[in-house]
Amino acid sequence: MSNIITAQDLCLWYGQFQALKNINMNIPENSITALIGPSGCGKSTFLKTLNRMNDLVPGVKITGKVTFQDKDIFAKNQDVNDLRKEVGMVFQKPNPFPMSIYDNVAYGPRTHGITRRAELDEIVEKALRGAAIWDEVKDRLKKNALGMSGGQQQRLCIARALAVEPKVLLMDEPTSALDPISTSRIEELAMDLKSKYTIVIVTHNMQQAVRISDYTGFFLLGDLIEFGKTDEMFSQPRDKRTEDYITGRFG
Amino acid sequence: MNKKKQATEHIIHGIFLVLGLITVLCVLLITIYLVISGIPAIREIGLIPFLFGQTWESTATEAKFGILPFILTSVYGTAGAIVLGVPIGFFTAVYLSKVASPKVRHTLENAVSLLAGIPSVVYGLVGMMVLVPGIRKIFHVPDGASLLAAIIVLAIMILPSIIKVSITALDAVPKEYEDASLALGATPVETYFRVSAPAAKSGIAAAVVLGVGRAIGEAMAVMMVSGNAANMPSLFQSVRFLTTAVASEMSYSSGLQRQALFSIALVLFLFIMLINATLNFFLKRSKED
Repeated sequence: MSNIITAQDLCLWYGQFQALKNINMNIPENSITALIGPSGCGKSTFLKTLNRMNDLVPGVKITGKVTFQDKDIFAKNQDVNDLRKEVGMVFQKPNPFPMSIYDNVAYGPRTHGITRRAELDEIVEKALRGAAIWDEVKDRLKKNALGMSGGQQQRLCIARALAVEPKVLLMDEPTSALDPISTSRIEELAMDLKSKYTIVIVTHNMQQAVRISDYTGFFLLGDLIEFGKTDEMFSQPRDKRTEDYITGRFG
Repeated sequence: MNKKKQATEHIIHGIFLVLGLITVLCVLLITIYLVISGIPAIREIGLIPFLFGQTWESTATEAKFGILPFILTSVYGTAGAIVLGVPIGFFTAVYLSKVASPKVRHTLENAVSLLAGIPSVVYGLVGMMVLVPGIRKIFHVPDGASLLAAIIVLAIMILPSIIKVSITALDAVPKEYEDASLALGATPVETYFRVSAPAAKSGIAAAVVLGVGRAIGEAMAVMMVSGNAANMPSLFQSVRFLTTAVASEMSYSSGLQRQALFSIALVLFLFIMLINATLNFFLKRSKED
């Protein structure tokens, strides 16, 4: 399997604070990669580097290289909006726009120039089906998205991200604000989606990493301590710190 | 000791209540006074001839009291000020809230506050010295004192309230919305206009209504630049607003003329009440969002 994203000697500073230290990671295509580690270890920072959302943080400095489909994402000729179109993101807190369900999903395609109603209808339905929420919302597409439950909102956000047809979906603790049933639906969804997309998911929940991911990276204080196949890492961790963390000795 | 403290608390609460009631009392008194003193002239002239009469000749031997020219001038003048002022104010607010660096924002916000603090007579004075001759030269009209001059002055005068209220509304848009938009590949500018501004629309609507209120109630500055003749409104003609109609004749008025001025004030008051109700509606909705 080829690697869709690679990071080489990636370092990141917020002002004086170094949040990422020489990260090297290869993320294989059509897989789920989980990023685990205690709070403040840099896993979310790493995730947000992959679609350059960290650019928005004042005082951020990045060295090293990240490639997406073999192209340097920090290259001068890389359009950051094109990158974000290819590398979609789902946030920790469901954040649908205060608009109708339809307009939420159609937002991305409209932004990228699609205006024909029939075409939009098709994209919206496909994205909502892709996010396994079509049957629940097909009769109320014109209703405000903020009236949905948290779990539905999060799946809507996934649909909204899918509507621009990304290659990669970054998920930043997408279930941490959700109840167990909604969580398991999102997990099932993620496993369905990996046939078409590459998913990178930050999670606090180690069981979740075990359940859904193919690869896991363990971060600690800005270092990537260990990266490998999930089943191998959780059965035979190579590093003592990984073992301590996944067995619950700290975290 | 405790009892004494409690008594003091009660007294202070009482004083606050009385002070609060003074405001309410003032509003009530003004309303009652305006209604009582505004009704007689309308009765005598008749509601329809008063509101829709096209000529105002209060001092002629056969006096005519039609205030349609004033109503229309106030409506057109306010609408014109909104058409000019809202785009400028809105774009300024978007820039200051979303784009400007903290330093630029601080400086510009201070300038906007200063603009709000300038007395209206100064606006009138500058308009008289700069705008009125300017309009005369540019448009080759005999007199620059016109509806257009008043519109421009009003547009500038309503900018501070539009900018400030819009900034507050735009600042309150959750960052999560904007992040979601950017993460979908929208540019920052697309994000401001397609996510931030729609999310702040109630607050921005409130800003516009506040601007309408400011514009329709302004008297001094428009009196100085609009020529103050009771014509039906036309862009390059001298016009008279509801406010200036009251202000300009009050000092020498008597009898029915004076009563009619009170009736004009009552009409103006009703306009403002309507605008206030609209404003409250939008403010309430923006709080609910």
